[in-house]
Amino acid sequence: MKIRSVLLGASALAMLSMGTARADGELFFYNWSNYFPPELFEKFEAETGIKVTLDVYDSNETMLAKLQAGASGYDIAVASDYMVDVMIKDGLATEFDAKNLENFGNVAKPHDTMEYDPDRKYSVTYLWGTTGFTYDADATDGELEQSWKEFFEPREEFHGKIGALNDEVEMYNAASYYIGVPKCTEDPAEAQKVLDVLQKQKPYIAVYSSEGTIDRMSAREVTMHMQWNGAAHRTKESIPNAVFVYPKEGLTYWSDHFVVPKGAPNLENAKTFINWMMMPENAAAASNYAGYMNAVKGTEDFMDPALKADPAVNMPEEYAGLLIPGQNCSAPARDLRNRVWTKLKN
Amino acid sequence: MGNLIRSKRFWLIAPAVLYIGFFMAVPLGQMAYVSILERGDYGAVNWGVFSFDAYASFLFERDLMDNLMFNTDYLQIFARSFGLSAMTMVFALVLGFPTAFYISMQPQARRNFLIFLVTIPFWTNILVRNYAWMLLLRNGGLIDNGLAWLGYESGGLDILYTPYAVSIGLTYTYLPFMVLPIYASLEKLDHRLIEAAFDLGADKWRAMTRVILPLAAPGIAAGCILVFIPCLGAYVTPELLGGGKFMMIANLIGSQFGAARNWPFGAALGFVLLAFVLLSMMIYAMKFKSLPEEKL
Amino acid sequence: MKIDTSNPLWRFRGITPMAMFFFAYLYLPILVLIVLSFNENRLATIWTGFSTDWYRVALSNDDMLRAAKNSLVIAVSATVIATTAATLAALGMARQRFRGETGVAAMLVLPLLVPEIVTAIATLLFFVAIGVQLGLISVIAAHTVFCIPFAYLPIRARLDGMDPALAEAANDLYANEWQAFRRVTFPLLWPGIMSGAMLSFIISLDDFVISYFVGGAGATTLPIYIFGMIRMGITPEVNAVSALMLIISIVFVSISFLIDRIRY
Repeated sequence: MKIRSVLLGASALAMLSMGTARADGELFFYNWSNYFPPELFEKFEAETGIKVTLDVYDSNETMLAKLQAGASGYDIAVASDYMVDVMIKDGLATEFDAKNLENFGNVAKPHDTMEYDPDRKYSVTYLWGTTGFTYDADATDGELEQSWKEFFEPREEFHGKIGALNDEVEMYNAASYYIGVPKCTEDPAEAQKVLDVLQKQKPYIAVYSSEGTIDRMSAREVTMHMQWNGAAHRTKESIPNAVFVYPKEGLTYWSDHFVVPKGAPNLENAKTFINWMMMPENAAAASNYAGYMNAVKGTEDFMDPALKADPAVNMPEEYAGLLIPGQNCSAPARDLRNRVWTKLKN
Repeated sequence: MGNLIRSKRFWLIAPAVLYIGFFMAVPLGQMAYVSILERGDYGAVNWGVFSFDAYASFLFERDLMDNLMFNTDYLQIFARSFGLSAMTMVFALVLGFPTAFYISMQPQARRNFLIFLVTIPFWTNILVRNYAWMLLLRNGGLIDNGLAWLGYESGGLDILYTPYAVSIGLTYTYLPFMVLPIYASLEKLDHRLIEAAFDLGADKWRAMTRVILPLAAPGIAAGCILVFIPCLGAYVTPELLGGGKFMMIANLIGSQFGAARNWPFGAALGFVLLAFVLLSMMIYAMKFKSLPEEKL
Repeated sequence: MKIDTSNPLWRFRGITPMAMFFFAYLYLPILVLIVLSFNENRLATIWTGFSTDWYRVALSNDDMLRAAKNSLVIAVSATVIATTAATLAALGMARQRFRGETGVAAMLVLPLLVPEIVTAIATLLFFVAIGVQLGLISVIAAHTVFCIPFAYLPIRARLDGMDPALAEAANDLYANEWQAFRRVTFPLLWPGIMSGAMLSFIISLDDFVISYFVGGAGATTLPIYIFGMIRMGITPEVNAVSALMLIISIVFVSISFLIDRIRY
């Protein structure tokens, strides 16, 4: 009697520990929260019969650390450009030949190729954007230059009214664009110059934070904020005179991509999903929800007019030359960057 | 008989110790191994390739000429974290002890109610609680406006994104960890004991130091440990309420497993912290042990 | 309110105001959080008008509800296992000293001493190495580890001041050991156990780092979900979910009170 109940309990536990049974109609999707419209999951399920389960992470790096430590079970992960490079080189991405997918012809140039995955064997672009800064035009009398100078050496009216992203990579990159050193420099003298810029700027910074950038601008807690362009778009809803600056020294152009992690239990479903997301209607729905541009042709008709009309999101052609893609820095370069960041925060 | 008792004690203690041994000590051993490995090019580590760089870089850095230089950056971060944790512990004690005492003096039914009241706010998420504090503390926020309404023109509270805001937030986060253990010790306090002390001519101070505090001492010690040590690992509050201007240990270690992708250094920092904590606890234990005898 | 003069509290003047201040401090942010859950604006911080929309949004967000459910299941399981183990350990540790006691005591608080991120990666590496399938169970196992010291210390503190003579007296009165425990030690220990259990519960409910690393596909918890929103901005939806969690906690508390009433 006793033994039987123990056995029963143990087998129940064992069944639980197998996790959810991996039926054919499943897809485990790994992404940031609120970065994919929930309605689209429902639509996908209705059209294909595949049920999507969403798991989330808070940064590219934590996602990577988890996969590197050996976790598996995800069918699709969303990774930024430089992270795609890391995943491919570290053997964490599955080759699935996106070019052979039926809808790949819908992909707009230049997204049909990517520096780190030129033949698109491992990835397809989901959404992309830029990292610049936004200021409230009401807070100043002058016209600001289209330059990082306004952010790193701010005018007096912005002193103590500036928000920066609390992001080692973004801040270091922006400062390196400003003074014209390579962002993946391995030369300590150049890193020192970056640190000088950041340290000189620090007294004028109200807060380093990547969360709630829109809130802070809207509440006029700060009048200038380093932002991703989608956030800049949403800031304009409450601050109509907010301006997103495309600095002449260049700004980061980042893109997030669908990648199939190693050991994906449902590879075919992952391909179905990625192919489905290359349909204009679906890609547009993602843009409308997240506020960033997609990489698919023919989405114009489905896009939110406000999004289409905003130069922060729908970048004017003249700025195309300013975009600098994300780069996967070497270990010594990352060390320098981390030491600069640590010294800045000390 | 002695054997039996010993074995019974063994069986009482064994589950917890074996559990921690299996799920904590073994993985930590593995992590100690990671800390003396070479970092991988893309993150993680190169298994089987040894290097003591991680420990060396805690105190030394290479300058432009590739010479080793003494580097105090990380020590400063450690010092700041220990200082803030100690301050938080003191604040939590100052607020928590009277509250625990107050609760323990209530009738039984209300006592349970109040204890639940202490923990209910923590059913919400830490990020959300910190957000609420940001709204309260910021210029033009609720507290600022409240003070203005009372006729006190602060001209901007200027407290958010300062170390003061961080200690307010940290104290808030760790309060229950101070109150509950002290309450657990004080709950058995018999009102009549205090009355008796008063009847015997003790003043308030003596009643407090001779009757109440000795009873609460184990709870206070437990509470201080439960506030001080987890506080060293605080990550979210310094980032949000401190405006991300100063790093704490947890932010530093987190960035090694994050953007820096330097696992060995992250692991090494963890073990250095462990060593610091064990050392300070040993010193504390040696000092504390001699105290009660002196008092009694 | 009637002043109870038999209560020595009235002699210590500062105590009551201090406790009142404590509860005000504790609930002020909670009040703000609840008010903002009714904000119509998408931004968490600017009040534009009353709306219950965010509750509708939250209640129809399956991913977030699943995450909240996962969090509750994990917290309850870890609390039960950890508190049981910690109670037994505290009972074993409380009697006369023994050789190696310091070592055992250090082992019991070890999970407190190691930074979370280190524990998290270490545990994940370990689980992968021994081939444990990642899922809810692995998160519960990992949470139980760090819940043990949070349960152990209050129970131990409670036991420390207890008079061993009580249990001995019960023994002298021919109660067997189990009866002595059940009728004497356990009721005396109860406030310590309850404190320990509640601390375990809230520490588990708030954990992000460890849950994130040792959870498998489908085991997203509420803190993981909320932290994942950082990049896109946090909406009052999170406040609404927090308010719903508060309601669950209040229901939970009320039920335990009813059970208490029936028992006595």
